[in-house]
Amino acid sequence: MKIKKSLLIVLISLILWFVVYGFLPLLSKFITYDVLRLSAGTHLASAVEFFAYDSPKVLMLLALVVFGVGILRTFFTPQRTRQMLMGKKEFVGNILASLLGIVTPFCSCSAVPLFIGFVTAGVPLGVTLSFLISAPMVNEIALVLLFGLFGWKIALLYLGTGLTIAFIAGWVIGCLHMEKYVEEWVYKSMAGSVEEEKLTWPDRISAGWMAVRDIVGKVWLFVLMGIAVGAFIHGYAPENFLVSIMGKKAWWSVPVSVLIGIPLYSNAAGIIPVVQALLEKGAALGTVLAFMMSVIGLSLPETIILRKVLKPRLIAVFLGVVGSGIMLIGFLFNWIL
Amino acid sequence: MKIEILGTGCPKCKQLIANTEAAVKELAITAEIAKVTDIDKITSYGVMMTPALVVDGTVVSTGKLLNTNEIKKIFTK
Repeated sequence: MKIKKSLLIVLISLILWFVVYGFLPLLSKFITYDVLRLSAGTHLASAVEFFAYDSPKVLMLLALVVFGVGILRTFFTPQRTRQMLMGKKEFVGNILASLLGIVTPFCSCSAVPLFIGFVTAGVPLGVTLSFLISAPMVNEIALVLLFGLFGWKIALLYLGTGLTIAFIAGWVIGCLHMEKYVEEWVYKSMAGSVEEEKLTWPDRISAGWMAVRDIVGKVWLFVLMGIAVGAFIHGYAPENFLVSIMGKKAWWSVPVSVLIGIPLYSNAAGIIPVVQALLEKGAALGTVLAFMMSVIGLSLPETIILRKVLKPRLIAVFLGVVGSGIMLIGFLFNWIL
Repeated sequence: MKIEILGTGCPKCKQLIANTEAAVKELAITAEIAKVTDIDKITSYGVMMTPALVVDGTVVSTGKLLNTNEIKKIFTK
């Protein structure tokens, strides 16, 4: 009975979601031109319409994805991921770790216990790092927002390049044999294992709802701020405004974007509306992609947390390898497209 | 009952401590609540996701910010 009831609630919510989502373009026009009585063609109207359309759209997409991923994640616990990675050879292990990084739940405050748990259980250092790079960088929220706002090509591009960087960076660090740059006490610590609780479908569905409440409740403000910045650029910045500073010809904009992105730490959901506006005003795709990955994948707070288990030299190599990977991707796409 | 909360001091861990204290108070049970911030000890429990809740040496929840009602359910089991 309980299963039926929770499935029914999900079904009704989904139907409502699609109905409301379908009416969003009409609604934003109604708010802009009928409620606020702005005249069409002005900067203000264009900015307001962008905001009125994008904010409910992005928030709704976000809620849908977070719900789905919340359920999916109940199948991929860190314990199971570790089990799958234990004793894997470097190359194959790096690929698997990058992929598992997408779906395994991860929060940067758990980076240290996770790192210790993996390494002491015999997961190779490079493979562990592939996981730690992929988990924040290839973000399922970013993926779906990109899909919703730009279509599948850019979403796939982001997925592919993120996985490639996580794979290569972890593999390179593995080849450099840097185990001695992990703090000694890590290998001495004992990693136990936890018995996993058995989950039923209603449990998994309620985990999905909890994820929506938790994540949407936490990031909605960032999303709205991001959209406001996006709306401003959309309405007021002249067409091709960014061509000279973020366009293809400005090769230096790629490394600069990466450097600016490291201390900037935003949630993936907050950065994407900004990305949308940047692209629209003539920034090159490679540069924007590099900027976005640097903001969400390389963060100062996470690096500081990892310093507890990694010696400065390994931290430097980590930042260097991932940063160069992101830059390479940026150059590559500016050059191809 | 001995309750331990494992976490390195992130906002979620602090909230879990507050919720646990509330649950203990509402149930009017005698329990000793301890914070465990030492990474070594956290990993020795096999916990890879913080915050985690440990009751009498058994890990009952990891990586979740449980609310007071959920904690009460665990305690009364």
